[in-house]
Amino acid sequence: MFSSFMVNAWEVSGIVAVVAGVVGFFTVMRGSAFAAHAIPNGSFAGAAGASLVGVSTLFGLGVFAFIGALGIGLLGRRGRHDAVTALMLVMMLALGALFVSLNTQYAPEVYSLLFGEVLGISSNAIAPTLILGAVCIAAIAALYRPLMLSSALPEVGEARGIGTFAIELAFLGVLALATAMTVPVVGTLLIFSLMIGAPAAARSLTDRPGVAMALSVVIALAIVWFAIGASYETDWPVGFFVGTGSAAAFVLARLWQVGRERYERRRVLGSVVA
Amino acid sequence: MSAAFFVFAPGFWDNEAVHIALVIGAAVAIVTGVVGVFTVMRGQSFAGEALGDIGTTGGSAAALVGAGPLAGFVAVDVLAAAAMELVGVQRVRGRDLATGVVLGAAIGLAALFLYLDTTQGADGGSTVTILFGSIFAISSATIPAVVVLAVLAVAMIVLLYRPLLLATVSPEMAAARGIPVRVVGALYLLALALATALAAITIGTILSTALLIGPAATALRLTRRPWRAMFAAAGLGLAATWIGIVLAYDSYHWPPHEHGWPVSFFVVALVFGLYLLSGAVEWVRERRA
Repeated sequence: MFSSFMVNAWEVSGIVAVVAGVVGFFTVMRGSAFAAHAIPNGSFAGAAGASLVGVSTLFGLGVFAFIGALGIGLLGRRGRHDAVTALMLVMMLALGALFVSLNTQYAPEVYSLLFGEVLGISSNAIAPTLILGAVCIAAIAALYRPLMLSSALPEVGEARGIGTFAIELAFLGVLALATAMTVPVVGTLLIFSLMIGAPAAARSLTDRPGVAMALSVVIALAIVWFAIGASYETDWPVGFFVGTGSAAAFVLARLWQVGRERYERRRVLGSVVA
Repeated sequence: MSAAFFVFAPGFWDNEAVHIALVIGAAVAIVTGVVGVFTVMRGQSFAGEALGDIGTTGGSAAALVGAGPLAGFVAVDVLAAAAMELVGVQRVRGRDLATGVVLGAAIGLAALFLYLDTTQGADGGSTVTILFGSIFAISSATIPAVVVLAVLAVAMIVLLYRPLLLATVSPEMAAARGIPVRVVGALYLLALALATALAAITIGTILSTALLIGPAATALRLTRRPWRAMFAAAGLGLAATWIGIVLAYDSYHWPPHEHGWPVSFFVVALVFGLYLLSGAVEWVRERRA
């Protein structure tokens, strides 16, 4: 379980979990769940296209993730935002379907791109993942205050001269970058569940944003490492454990939140009666 | 003669697979157009997209037990619609999150089922077939089921039309008039699940949103009246599907391999193109006004 090729998997997925926890925190806060689903999912086409013309998969993923982010941001200014997101997503996926069908050698890789192949990570994937991850975190750190303000109180942000549209585009850009680095590890369909499940669980446990973000990273790490260990033991796909683990974390956190609220209410009521 | 021959490659009209594709494609395009108008108006595109993706779980589970994909899509989509209703998809606040969590769990399950499909020696191509659809591979035995489900979904929308419209435009006013808004919403979600399952067998689970959202969003840019938009969306969806089928049939003679481009690609590209075009039409109208 801790042999040399598995060490790569632990390290790379650790970086992925940290980025997913931080970027996902803002995704949940801004209510951008659909964009977080659409951008990684659509970037699948980039990987398929890159394989068709023989360039690096990471490059293809990055280019399509940015095209998707730009398309959603720009078309969303005029049309209904969710309809535009859906259309942009299916257009990119359809291109992916075309690339896959044109490339006769590609078919078996479809599955690993969509659902992840964390156990097949080589050691030369560590450096690019680390660099892209650091860029993501740095971008979030640089944008932290305006991003937080425009996510929590868009009107106040606007009044202080923080353009909602500029921030939205910048955030979608970070989302695209996170996508490019995380997709080869957990797959286009599952990075989304990690980005939603862990931060949503964290936000149910605490109201303070800083603590919630840290907690979100911890939960994401726990989910990913549990998934890798379980996948190694059972031979079942990593994606299964990431997807169901994220949902389970959210449900448990919600139950805890509901239970705590009931307890608080009863205590307040009890002190009033007494 | 020669022009028609150029558009419709030889054998197009005699091919049984093409006949089935045209019939099923038409039924599905009409249903998704009618149902989709409300999806766009209610801002439930993400729910539609999620139900489509979740269909993957049903399709892969059906392949595992040897059942047809349509049965799997319908069963799992209806279940997922119920789960979304329970976790709170009817509230605007936090509903994307609820949708996302259900979707994430379902995709995780799909990953497992697809893995088991391939390792247990079921058809190795089932991953691509389920995800991206294969309208030319549908057997004629599926037609009755498709037609029944299509009629059911359209009938639900027709019967619900007035309360649903009011509940969509102004939930408060609908509630004041004694319309059970939550029940209407739940029934609509059921119709949406049926429409998504139908779209999934034609253009695949992860592309099914295209037929649901694309023609409807386009139609709503061209007209503000919902029932007109429904007719327009059904017509646009039908056009995109049929032209897509013709192009895909022609593409068997195209480079690079001469083995045909996917139907789904043409359908989605046409739908997307129509949406962009309607934006241009809208823009010109606004400038004139």
